[in-house]
Amino acid sequence: MLGKTAGGLYWMFRGLERAENTARLIEAGFRMALTRSSDPDSEWKSVIVTSAVQMTYEARHDVYDSARVTDFLLRDPENPSSVLSVIKTSRDNARLVRTALTTEVWSAVNETWMILADLLKEPVKETDLPAVLDTIRRQSAVVRGALHGTMLRKDTFDFCRLGTFIERADSTARIIDVKYHALLPSPSFVGSRMDNVQWETILRSVSAHRSFRWAVEGDYNAPNIASFLILDRRMPRSLAFCAAQIVDNLAYLAEDYGEESDSLRIARSLQARLKGRDIASIFEEGLHDFLSLALSETARLGFQIEHDYRFNA
Amino acid sequence: MTEAPVHFSEMTMDNGVREPYRRYDGWFAEQDVARLDRKAQEAEAFFRRTGITFNVYGQSDAEERLIPFDLVPRILSSSEWSKLARGVDQRVRAINAFLHDIYNRQEILRAGVVPVDLVARNDAFLPEMIDFTPPGNVYTHIVGTDIVRTGEDDFFVLEDNARTPSGVSYMLENRETMLQMFPELFLQNRVQRVNDYPKNLRASLEGSAPGNCDGRPCVVVLTPGIHNSAYYEHSFLADQMGVELVEGHDLRVVGGHIAMRTTRGYKRIDVIYRRVDDDFLDPLTFNPASMLGVPGIMDVYRAGNITIANAPGTGVADDKAIYCYMPEIVEFYTGEKAILRNVETFRCSEPDTLKYVLDNLKDLVVKEVHGSGGYGMLVGPAASKSELSEFAEKLKARPANYIAQPTLSLSTVPIFTQAGLAPRHVDLRPFALVSPEGVTIAPGGLTRVALAEGSLVVNSSQGGGTKDTWVLED
Repeated sequence: MLGKTAGGLYWMFRGLERAENTARLIEAGFRMALTRSSDPDSEWKSVIVTSAVQMTYEARHDVYDSARVTDFLLRDPENPSSVLSVIKTSRDNARLVRTALTTEVWSAVNETWMILADLLKEPVKETDLPAVLDTIRRQSAVVRGALHGTMLRKDTFDFCRLGTFIERADSTARIIDVKYHALLPSPSFVGSRMDNVQWETILRSVSAHRSFRWAVEGDYNAPNIASFLILDRRMPRSLAFCAAQIVDNLAYLAEDYGEESDSLRIARSLQARLKGRDIASIFEEGLHDFLSLALSETARLGFQIEHDYRFNA
Repeated sequence: MTEAPVHFSEMTMDNGVREPYRRYDGWFAEQDVARLDRKAQEAEAFFRRTGITFNVYGQSDAEERLIPFDLVPRILSSSEWSKLARGVDQRVRAINAFLHDIYNRQEILRAGVVPVDLVARNDAFLPEMIDFTPPGNVYTHIVGTDIVRTGEDDFFVLEDNARTPSGVSYMLENRETMLQMFPELFLQNRVQRVNDYPKNLRASLEGSAPGNCDGRPCVVVLTPGIHNSAYYEHSFLADQMGVELVEGHDLRVVGGHIAMRTTRGYKRIDVIYRRVDDDFLDPLTFNPASMLGVPGIMDVYRAGNITIANAPGTGVADDKAIYCYMPEIVEFYTGEKAILRNVETFRCSEPDTLKYVLDNLKDLVVKEVHGSGGYGMLVGPAASKSELSEFAEKLKARPANYIAQPTLSLSTVPIFTQAGLAPRHVDLRPFALVSPEGVTIAPGGLTRVALAEGSLVVNSSQGGGTKDTWVLED
């Protein structure tokens, strides 16, 4: 397949994943604002920081509030990570790689773009926000369902999955890291007292507030939650889960192409840092340092995949 | 005051239904208009969802538009079609012979049949093609011939599209849509199939591969990219043929061949079905600013290591100024009278003719010699006084840039409206494939229809729609 096509598939699924993650972040932030659990404006700021769009936001707005932040994250064309921007880009990428997609996947993406472009034509009223966020997540599920149900399990599929999990690993690491910063400026506090509401927001940001209770026997505390989001292979948005998926998909490619890539080696070392660890050792290493390294290694892996599979001329 | 012209109606005649439409008419009489209306809306939603759209240049708010699809088919009998097909076949063979001749021995110029100037001073004539024969001696692998009808037996060629004709995806999608919407119609009418077109296209392109290609030739479709107005068609054809859709930056010259960048390195290709204009094909040879082509491809081409379909420089044959010589060109190369007639054409470059055209502007259609897509043309009878005088100035400034034709009384086929069937003007673009083995013409083609009452402009960029085109079996 063409290197450009591999890149189109990869970026298309990164975009779709990002739209879904942004919707979850807004949902969690909105809930904080509604329940007045903490200072809502600083909560909105941390949503912006987590989305890695602080500079762009501050160039546009002086204050953080619900209306501005949600509009910026959902619709602002100046924000390349807004839901509307990434859906548009994903759909452009889908057109670019149209021949590599099944009709079902293409129609699902195209329809997603049509529906969201219409829903996000005007600023979203607060009464409509839950329904709009729900639609974003539902459309993401429709595309994913079409992908799983109809695509051949070959290199095209692997590149789609790589895009999804690189984006997801990046997003999950950021969510934990930002909260860590906001709450615990000094590492010596790690593992001591935790604000339940903040941790609940983290779980909501990855749609895991219920699954945590089912999956984890222990208390609602920082080490347990961090362990769940970083190390738990059962949790589909955890770093360990993402790393395993990335290694699997790169290994399928290696098998298919008859050679191991540098990206596979990087992915394996990323995975090795998570395998057989307990959370205490990560806290010992320093949670923030651990996450910073995870973020930079994920970014490096992304560049290496682009290079190994010749996405660009 | 001129009398309103009587247009030939392809469906009805003397208060009766013409034979090809007999069964359709019977079926239509039994239909519930509300149901058909619902079907039409379903079809539109389907086109949107599947992204069967085209881009309109210079309209950012409506970046992608649908070409309106009308659910009443345009129906031709087998005998009407076989005459058309023979005519297209003859014309396409003549065009290929003409191209080979003017790029080699130039006998037609020496014989004085076509004026030397028309070729030598033609922008579409490429000196790079002189003394060169493309693989298999095929110049125009794909031709779309625009045909209009004015009477029972009166078919005229309006234009030969020998560069990169588009619209074939609509021929195929319109048929698929009709099969989905009204399967019963295809049980009642025996309609010749067009679905083999992508398979035939691939076979035809493979058959034109360079002689030094071993194994199955590697074919690709070259597109300018997703913002091109016909991008949907490019991806559709690549998908239907099962070949890669590439852009210029996916390709480069490797070891004297053209190769595409795959996830596993560069892979050699043999045939490029390019949907990029000549001027953008090779920045080293043509427009140096082009990002759409492949630097050095013309050298590879002249070395005989790649097939470019259609060949560069074919535009000299579908030029509107060359067009008026087509009857002579057909006769010169085939030794036969042209089966399909030309529309009478006035060359504004000739002073007497220019005067005639200016005097009769309100009755004529004036087109740019190099224009396409219905841009920059004047339909005299539909133009206002100020539009006429404005156009007259343009004409006087650059007469050689224009040709004029009488306003034809184009035939009509009904379209479906809320008020029932209503006649609208149509044209027809059949698609011919040329390979060293011969010419293949898909039975049917693209019928374009002017949706506005009385309008004669069928171009999709100007608000025209399309219809499924049926050729019945005997």
